[in-house]
Amino acid sequence: MSQLRRTRNRSAGLQRPPAAILVIASIAVAFFALPFIGLLWRIPWSDAWSLLTTKSSLTAIRLSLETSLWATALSIVFGVPLAWVLARYGFPGRRIVRALCLLSLVLPPVVGGVALFAAYGRRGLLGDSLFEWFGLRLPFSTAGVVLAQTFIAMPFLVLTVEAALRGLDHRSEDAARTLGASRWYAFRRVTLPAVRPALIAGAVLAWARALGEFGATITFAGNFPGRTQTMPLSVYLALESNPGQALVLSVVMIGISFGVLLSLRDQWLGGSSTSGGSR
Amino acid sequence: MSINAQFDIQLPEFHLAIELALAEGEVLAVLGPNGSGKSTLLRALCGLQPVDNGKILLNNIVVDDAELATFVLPEQRHVGVMFQNSTLFEYLSVLENVAFGLRARGTKRVVARANATEWLERFSLEQFAQRRPASLSGGQAQRVALARALATNPDVLLLDEPTSALDVRAKAEIRRDLLRLRQQRPVTTLLVTHDPLDAFALADRVIVLEEGRIVQSGALDEVASHPRSRHIADMVGLSLVRGEVRDGALTTASGARLVVPADSPSGPSVASIRPAAVSLHRAEPEGSARNAWKMTVSDLDRHPERVRARLNGPIPLLAELTPAGAEALALNVGDNIWASVKASEVTVTPDLGS
Amino acid sequence: MSGSLTVSAASSLQGAFTDMKTAFEKANRGVKVTVNFGASSTLAQQIIDGAPIDVLASADEANMTKVSDAKLLSDTPTLFATNSLEIIVRKGNPSKIASLSDISKPRLIYVTCAPQVPIGKYSAQVLQKAGVTVTPASLEPDVKSIVAKVTAGEADVGIVYVTDVSATQGTAEGVEIPADVNVTANYPIAAVSTSTNRALAQAWIAFVRGTEGQAILKRYGFGSP
Repeated sequence: MSQLRRTRNRSAGLQRPPAAILVIASIAVAFFALPFIGLLWRIPWSDAWSLLTTKSSLTAIRLSLETSLWATALSIVFGVPLAWVLARYGFPGRRIVRALCLLSLVLPPVVGGVALFAAYGRRGLLGDSLFEWFGLRLPFSTAGVVLAQTFIAMPFLVLTVEAALRGLDHRSEDAARTLGASRWYAFRRVTLPAVRPALIAGAVLAWARALGEFGATITFAGNFPGRTQTMPLSVYLALESNPGQALVLSVVMIGISFGVLLSLRDQWLGGSSTSGGSR
Repeated sequence: MSINAQFDIQLPEFHLAIELALAEGEVLAVLGPNGSGKSTLLRALCGLQPVDNGKILLNNIVVDDAELATFVLPEQRHVGVMFQNSTLFEYLSVLENVAFGLRARGTKRVVARANATEWLERFSLEQFAQRRPASLSGGQAQRVALARALATNPDVLLLDEPTSALDVRAKAEIRRDLLRLRQQRPVTTLLVTHDPLDAFALADRVIVLEEGRIVQSGALDEVASHPRSRHIADMVGLSLVRGEVRDGALTTASGARLVVPADSPSGPSVASIRPAAVSLHRAEPEGSARNAWKMTVSDLDRHPERVRARLNGPIPLLAELTPAGAEALALNVGDNIWASVKASEVTVTPDLGS
Repeated sequence: MSGSLTVSAASSLQGAFTDMKTAFEKANRGVKVTVNFGASSTLAQQIIDGAPIDVLASADEANMTKVSDAKLLSDTPTLFATNSLEIIVRKGNPSKIASLSDISKPRLIYVTCAPQVPIGKYSAQVLQKAGVTVTPASLEPDVKSIVAKVTAGEADVGIVYVTDVSATQGTAEGVEIPADVNVTANYPIAAVSTSTNRALAQAWIAFVRGTEGQAILKRYGFGSP
């Protein structure tokens, strides 16, 4: 008889968490779920499609997608070499340089926007030079949006890829060199494939962050439909003039972010493993 | 290809000072404890580490000269390297791994793959061609790494602890492959190891590295008989006996019999005996040691802390005693003496043939 | 009188209402006034969304009507000040703006606010009256942002209230807008129905409309209602 009881408790103990933990965890899940459920509940579903396809909504969506994809591309082109240098070379002041590059991760984005002005604004460090040499006026322009988004999003990619590069065994590359591979060939055929999962995760995170970027964009690039009014800015403005549109656009953004998180599976920030769930 | 190296490199813990020369086709073993600079030496030779002073010549061509600031990149040195832990490329198949070297040098894929297939066949590894390295055992991976290093037809072969990460059987397999290679196409080889059995199996000459300095060098036998330090003595004092193990005893080609531990696998084997495990007696010993032979002392190496005796007999042995012990036996070259070894002190490894 | 009072006021009232707060607290020891500045449209939306505000002072009647339509005012709004518009440029007028039509000169950066913000609506009216078409580089959140962008040199020109130009105390200059195309901004004030301190709210409104409040407003350049 006592043996029967033992078995039952054992299997229950192994499969389910203790009741108290379960309750607290459920509250936490509700905490996260309620805002989204609330959103879905408040959407004027009958008008949803027409709100979504208004000129201002579509323009904002198109602009957001364009700028965020550019920002992601720039993040990859500049971020991967940076991650490489940070992961592989110990130079004096490395920690400071690294902290500088990752600063916008923890900075309030609006502060980032102000700082961008100081660098690229008309009276900023480079502003006039950029205009004289290239005819480039970054504030209040779509290029300025891309700049602001890249500034905020690139650190995500750098962080993920750097961690993955750090975790790699140098000796694979050493072996490649002794076999006759140039540094570039070894990078292409040995290093890159090994960090590919982290690179993809980093790029997706950077893209999602760029898509949702608000503070630096509205401060530096300003707000003008079709040129600099991305989806988050559109939602912010619509809150006052057309709440239904704000809701619909919000749900679109949430849907995209949700999809991104699902697609990443467990390959989150920090890139602790270079191999994903499946091989 | 010959190797001529005379250089030093400043490392955080010590200063590495090397002077060595290898003739074409020679096999040199570099012995030493971990952290003595062996790997750095190897890295300097293959170009992964530039020297601080001095120079390195491969086949009389300068590949590294600190004073003239000449440096040939690793990818241009035609050196084949096998690292500890195989370091196969995880995201390529075994075949692509072996073909990597030729592909990296610009050979067309088809040609490189055909060459790689040949090499895999030579090592009887062709069934793994399409597999990923992660699915191979340690020994198989290491042998693929060897094939990969050889596939580019290097002029020099550098082996960095090729057997350390392997189990006993895999160790024996690698040694067999390397021996076979030596016979079929001798390549100038530098073998870095802390396992003296590797040296015994493969090397003509040995240098012993300790804290960055070469403390002894010479033919293996010489160094084994006349070790200059306790450390070296411990490293290269083993007696090796080849023969067939059956029913708990190893029988040599000449018919001598060595009782081995009961759990030793049967078949062709190599038994190794540490010098300290050999006891010497003036009269035939009675008691637990079932291995006892009458021997002649052929060489004596006297040292304030220990005495080494080279013994000739049914099973040639190297014995070590304390100076007091040697005194008590009044040992001299040419004496007859009884040597005994406990079966439990004998280590048996399979001999996969040469 | 005691307790705490939260007032939402249009950005253009920043200087005047801050002085009024000091004066009111001095006259009524035991009272703490918190003033919340922002674009009138944003402030109105906050109240509609349930922010605990006692009094709203808006820069136009449209936004006050929004709150009234949501049945959130406890009495009829009353006008307490007026304002008119002025062109704002950086100190020294480097772009040499002399009139409204100069704003549409090529390669000038003109910023304004979104149409639901009072200044956005007013400046659009002024430009329309003057027959000037210009595309803004950005729609800023409130009038103070326009001032900030122009004084920082990131924008060349904007249209703000005359009170804003004088509030810059020399870091920016104003260019007059002729009276025939200018608009008068009417500033209403009202108590919010969800206020927890009706008496205090009414006292504040009385203060604003009283002698002292009006004197302060005049000092900042506002006109009488």
